[in-house]
Parts: sequence; C-alpha cells; structure tokens
Amino acid sequence: MCADPSTLSDALWFLCYLTTGKHLGFYASFGTVLLLLLVTAPAALLLGFGGAMLARSRVAPLSWIGKAYILLVRGIPDIVFFLFFVIALDQGFEYLRHRLLCPDWDQPVRQGNDFVVCDIAKLPLSSSPQWMHEVYGFFLAVLTFAIVFGAFAGNVLFGAMRAVPRGQMETAEAYGMTHRQAFWRVLVPQMWVYALPGLSNLWMVLIKASPLLFLLGVEDIVYWARDLGGSKTPQFTDFPHGDWRMWYFLFLLVFYLAFTRVSEIVLDRLMRRFTHGQAVAGGEAQRKAAMAGPA
Amino acid sequence: MSCLDTIQAYAFRSLGYGERALPTTDFTFCQQATLIGSGLAWNIYFGVVALLAGFFLAIGIALARTSHKAWVRKPAEWLVFIFRGSPLFIQFFFGYFLFLSLKGQFPGLGILTSAWLGALIVLFFNTAAYSAEIFNGALQAIPKGDLEAADAYGLTGWTKFRRIVFPTMLRLAWPAYTNEAIFLFHATTLVFVSSFPAIQQKGDALYYAQYFADKTFNPFVPYPILAGYFVLLTMAIVGLFWLGSRWLNRHMPSSTGRWRAKFQVIR
Repeated sequence: MCADPSTLSDALWFLCYLTTGKHLGFYASFGTVLLLLLVTAPAALLLGFGGAMLARSRVAPLSWIGKAYILLVRGIPDIVFFLFFVIALDQGFEYLRHRLLCPDWDQPVRQGNDFVVCDIAKLPLSSSPQWMHEVYGFFLAVLTFAIVFGAFAGNVLFGAMRAVPRGQMETAEAYGMTHRQAFWRVLVPQMWVYALPGLSNLWMVLIKASPLLFLLGVEDIVYWARDLGGSKTPQFTDFPHGDWRMWYFLFLLVFYLAFTRVSEIVLDRLMRRFTHGQAVAGGEAQRKAAMAGPA
Repeated sequence: MSCLDTIQAYAFRSLGYGERALPTTDFTFCQQATLIGSGLAWNIYFGVVALLAGFFLAIGIALARTSHKAWVRKPAEWLVFIFRGSPLFIQFFFGYFLFLSLKGQFPGLGILTSAWLGALIVLFFNTAAYSAEIFNGALQAIPKGDLEAADAYGLTGWTKFRRIVFPTMLRLAWPAYTNEAIFLFHATTLVFVSSFPAIQQKGDALYYAQYFADKTFNPFVPYPILAGYFVLLTMAIVGLFWLGSRWLNRHMPSSTGRWRAKFQVIR
C-alpha cells in the first residue's frame, strides 16, 4: 500500500508516513530517553548518597572532598559539566587503558591538537561493530548524567540527613548504638521523608535535562525530530514535505508536558504515603484528617 | 602575539568588533580566556534583560493566578504549566522553528529568528513562569495579620497592594528569586548550543569554549576557564541580591546580616 504514497489520500499518506523505518527509529529513541532516566536515577542516588556520606565524614579531608563535589555544581551551569565530562571521561578511560596495555609507548599522549593512544587502547576498538560505538556513547552519557545529578542528589541527601531531629540520634546513642549502627538504623530510614521533596524536584530537573543527550552525541528524540522534520524533496524520499520541524518539536513539547505532569501526580501520592505516620507536619495533617473524618 | 595584543584583538569579538578570524592554530591560554570572557557579554545581556522584563510579567501572572475570574486565571496557569513543565532546551528549538515558519509567512518577522531577540523572548517567558511560581507562593505566605492591619488602616485596592502586599511578597520571595536569577544566567548558555545560530561566530561564552574544546580536543582548559567565569558571575549575582535584600529589609529590626541566600542547587 505504501509503495506509491503520491497516489494516497491524506489520512493514508500520513499513516504510511508515520510508519516509515526512520519514524520507527524515532519512536524507539523515546525508549532511549526513558532508559537513560531509569538507569541514571538510581546511579545518581547512589553517587549522591556516597557524596553526602563523605561530606558528613568526621575525617576532615574526606568531608572536604564530599563538600567540594556537592558545591562545585552550584555556580557552574550543568551543561558545562555535560560537555566537559563526556570528553574528559572518554579520554580518561583511553588513557588508563593506554598506560596498562601499551607500557612501552614513549610518545606523549597529547601531540599538538591530537589525543593519541595506541590502537588497542582505543574505546571502543576501531574494529568493533557500530552498535558497540552506540552503546559506549550511551554509557558515557549515563555516567556523565549520573556524576552531575549525583552531586545534586548529594546536596539534597546531605540536607535531609541534617534535618533528622537531633533527639533521634541522641536516643540511639543512649541505647548504646555505635555511630555506624545509629547511622544505618536510625538516620537513614528517617531521612527519606525530608529528602523526598528535594528528590522529586530533582527527578523533574532530570526529566527536563534529558534532551541534552543530543549534545552528548546520542541519537535521541531531538536528533530524530531535527532529522525527520527538515524539508524533504521528492528526489530523496517518497514522502516529500516542507519544513515540519516546528510540529515535531511541538510533539516533543507535549510529550515532556505529559511526562512531567504524570510524574508530579505519582510523586504527590508517594509523598503522602511516606509522610503517613511520620512526626512531621504532613503526617500530622493526615492524622487530623483521619480523625475528623467519619469514624 | 602577546597577551595584550590578543586582548585588544578579541575582547569584543563576541559583539563583532576586533579581529574577524578566530584563532585556528597554536591556541594559547590567553586566547581562550579572552574569547570565552568576551562571549560572557551575551550571557549577561540575556540574563539581565530577561530577568528585568520577566520580573514584571511574573508579578502579573502571579496576581492573575489569584483572580476569581476563570478567563484571567486559566491563561496564567497554562503559561506557567507549559514553561515549567517542559525542558528549556525543547522550548528553544520549538521557538526557533516557530519563528522560522513565521518568517516564511511574514518576512517582516525575520528578526525573531536572530538570537538576540528570539532567544530572549523564550528566556523571558521561561523565567517569568518560574518567577511567577515563586511570587505566587510568596503571595500565599503573606501573614494574615499584615492584611488585616492594612484593612484596619482603611487601605484598599492599589494603595494596599503597593504599600503592603507587594513589598511583603518581594521580601518573602527574595531568597528563592535569587536562586532563580542564578539559574537563568546558567540557562543562557543553552542559547547557542541548541537552535539559534551564532552569526559570524558571534556567540556566548559556552560557544567559544566549545569551539576551543573541538579544535584542541582538550576539554581540560576551556571548560574550567568557563566554569571560573561563571563562578565569578554567580558570586556577583549573589552580591547584588544581597544588597537588594538589605534594602528590602531596611525597616526590619536587626535585618543586617540575617539574610541567607537559599542555596538550592536545583530550581
């Protein structure tokens, strides 16, 4: 049916147009974005937790490292980190492999404007298939996102750990718990209710940062929208059209609006569940509402 | 070429003055620092103009959202929803392509596709939406006693707003608004990496940093320079807002030294 689109009626033309191979690639790239979010969120949380623990450390140099990690992201636009880390990490990995795999290489790694490592240290190897390159690019992007958002999460968690009432920790000490026991058994279970508003906010920021994948060289939704939307002449495609990029980006805009709205609703529910029975204003309001309701 | 010559040649390159050709070989630290600093002019321009203009729209939106008339409230709510709910990066793309197609139909509107106006419009609405959310929260948080006192003194309408509601709202919103200002300046770096073209290589600080990182394949020099500039810019913003807060709180008891910027890392 789609063999000769120029004869089709409008509705069928669009049906055929929206199911071309390239469009299927476009739809699949939404999966790429969701995958990035799903992998990045826990990774960033883990890094953030590590950063917050370091910042709380009683060993001064460790706490300086943790605090510097958290504070650096403030004052510098996140996009600078993205563009920096994606090259820096790549060169860092290649340099490490270079030192390990080619110990008798005597030339400098930086030669003028080139970064030269021996062939077997290249990542991915120049002989590896295309999908390896794409996976490696995606891996770098995830790592970059995790490092940047880990610092954001670290800030939130550090604040949440300090928000847990002092009396709780004192009680734990009075019961003879060690510092470590008190941390894991008292502080960590209670900090989430204080961290959740910040983490919800962070999730929203993470969603809204996800189109920056495009700048990291991943073929994401922005890449496809630009590619598919540009005007097409009959010589190169069966589906010639003018410049439709505006409509493709309108679609992305609507997609993100829906995504953030759904996230907001889910996070609100989660917050209500977390505050249930906690000694904070939200939990108290729930208790009062339950008492005032029909008993 | 000595560093002084470089500064003379490139200090205003981002605005189109000085040496036409960008350096192509033997990139020195001085060249990178000068050009990236020169690009900062664009970030400051976008940030300052969008913030000042957005401030007034934000107050309008915040007030419209408290209105009882649906035709006043709804558009304000939608504006905030659209600009806060979607990524600025996508807004830039959409705005640029929208302006492009407008240009196709009305050639007189071609001016919108240039960054200095088109990107400014997007940033203006974006910051207005985020600030409106902040001001709206502050409006809700005005102490009931203040409003009752205003009523008791017989203040109504515009006088009540100008004397009581507005100053109190601004004072309550100020720490969060400082944060928004910092984020706006950070967001200005997105203008030239996304959609709006840098005509004749007149770009912002990130544009030049990216140029050097691409040419030298060494991210360890240009990006830290850029980061340094932004840390300085952030400190300047915090300083200015601190002065502003001192002025806003000048009648409050023991106001000096009590102000603390709300250092959130996310907006």
